[in-house]
Amino acid sequence: MNVTVAERLSAAGTANALELRGVTKMFGALTALKDVTMTVQPGERRAVLGSNGAGKTTLFNCITGDFLPTSGTVRLFGEDVTEFPAYERIRRGLRRTYQISLLFSELSVVDNIYLACRGVSRNRFSLIRPKRDDALMHTAEALSAAVHLFDVKNTPISILSHGQQRQLEIALALAGAPRFILFDEPAAGLSPTERTELIEILTGLPEHIGYIIIEHDMDVALRVSESVTMMHNGEIFKEGTPQEIEADPEVQELYLGGGDG
Amino acid sequence: MAIIEKIAADKNASAAPSLRKQSSVNNRIAQIPASYWVIGFILICMPLFVSPFILFQIFGWAFILGMIGLSLMFLGGLGGMVTLVQMTIAACASYMVAIFGDSAITAISLGLPWWMAVPIALIIATLFGTLAGALAVRTEGIYTIMITLAIAAAFFYFTRQNYVIFNGFSGFNGILPPVLFGVNWHNPVPFYYLALFFAALSYAVVVYVTRTPFGLALQGVRDNSRRMAALGFNVTAHRIAAYAFASMIAAVAGVLLVWQNGQISPGTAGIGPAIDILIIAVVGGMKRPIGPFIGALIYVLLRTFAMDMLVSFGMPGERFQLLIGIGFLVIVLWSPDGILGIWSNWRERMRGTDSLTGKKPSDGKDGLS
Repeated sequence: MNVTVAERLSAAGTANALELRGVTKMFGALTALKDVTMTVQPGERRAVLGSNGAGKTTLFNCITGDFLPTSGTVRLFGEDVTEFPAYERIRRGLRRTYQISLLFSELSVVDNIYLACRGVSRNRFSLIRPKRDDALMHTAEALSAAVHLFDVKNTPISILSHGQQRQLEIALALAGAPRFILFDEPAAGLSPTERTELIEILTGLPEHIGYIIIEHDMDVALRVSESVTMMHNGEIFKEGTPQEIEADPEVQELYLGGGDG
Repeated sequence: MAIIEKIAADKNASAAPSLRKQSSVNNRIAQIPASYWVIGFILICMPLFVSPFILFQIFGWAFILGMIGLSLMFLGGLGGMVTLVQMTIAACASYMVAIFGDSAITAISLGLPWWMAVPIALIIATLFGTLAGALAVRTEGIYTIMITLAIAAAFFYFTRQNYVIFNGFSGFNGILPPVLFGVNWHNPVPFYYLALFFAALSYAVVVYVTRTPFGLALQGVRDNSRRMAALGFNVTAHRIAAYAFASMIAAVAGVLLVWQNGQISPGTAGIGPAIDILIIAVVGGMKRPIGPFIGALIYVLLRTFAMDMLVSFGMPGERFQLLIGIGFLVIVLWSPDGILGIWSNWRERMRGTDSLTGKKPSDGKDGLS
């Protein structure tokens, strides 16, 4: 690829946060994603809806590089990252949370968040202990407070409640300077109060941070997003504003028929 | 993120002054638990009340094996990578000291002074361990064990069959530690302190590194390597760096080993000794850096005295491996965390604390609210 620096810079200025072109993912004979093309503007908040097996999480895995797509291209802020390993994409401002919490079970809450802060900054291999007034340690503690985990910040993850683990998932995605976040069912298993807090956190994010959220709870999904993509059997089925999607007869039929509303 | 900033400001205001006070050196010394002082005092005074044989053959050897076990504990306990190549790395350092330095095999040994031979040995052994790590890190669990076992076996057979560099079956003998500051470091008391110094140093380094970004990231890789990649860490590079770090500890132990034995031959790097290191780390406990040293002491005591014990019970002395094996089985079945696991379980039961939260049931609060 012969792209001059000037071209790349001008592309970055106007680029979409995320651009997928013909992304297909096969698992053996099973097509989990079929020719998915979508663009997300910087700062845009989008919900991805669809029944189980619609390919939502596979879509996330292809965007973050947890798997490489079978074909198609993934561009992040104008840069082709299709072949990049996950960590290179994360260092470019992408973040994600997982549907089933993937945490560091033997480390404390604040250490978990500290690792998230450290992962996107320098000195990842540092052999010097962070000092008491280490800036990243403070950021980690502040983040633990933001997701209401300050009181348990020195508790190992393995004894946190499910709701607390979900909140820590979000804290890990907020560490560093995220530009674009993928939330994979952040509300799964949360109590009504915790849901309200989650909505508060999502709507309170700075404007330049865009995200895609996978959410089965329509209440949450439609309140925190300005555009919606419906997926079905690995394909994009409908795109539109929350109101359009809600009113769409085909969507209603699919969601009622899918039985997974 | 208005909430984030507001809460952060509140917490910083209250937490920062009290934290800063603690960072003085005096406080740090005061934080060292009493048990460390007691054990340190006993170890330093040891030469006053035990025989040179115990100093040299039991403690000297236990410190060296403990260091090699520590390098495995670093990879296995902190990094989740159980390997069988640590003894081979130590033996590689031993061989390099013999080859670059002085030995009775003058046809091969280059006769460099110790201050050149030892750094060269450490560098080569560390490179060797890093290379072995680079091969092993792309696999997980049982496959890592298989690959490292294959490397250990290859090194063993190579040294046994190569006469040009490794002098084949008989290896090298007549390797002596340097006479430095007017002290013959091969004498039991000086060697005891030499081994104690490096064992304590490597222990302290591992304890320190556990809480550094590198050590924390390694524990993150152990707990969840996929998530580490999703946080911006290059997991493969981290694992290889961990091998390099552990190899350095094993290499230092290898230099001490060849100075203690005065010789190095393929048998030191065999499959048996490679597995013994795993046994030492598992028996002692892989969760904390002190574990391998406890395991090594038990192993050395059994190696040294089990034979006489068996003979006095009218059994053939060669069966001492049986004792080690039975002990290994019992500990692994009873406590997967080794001796240390048994010890901490027992202490918690004495205190009546919950093993999960560390709180007494009578506290009322569960610490989670």
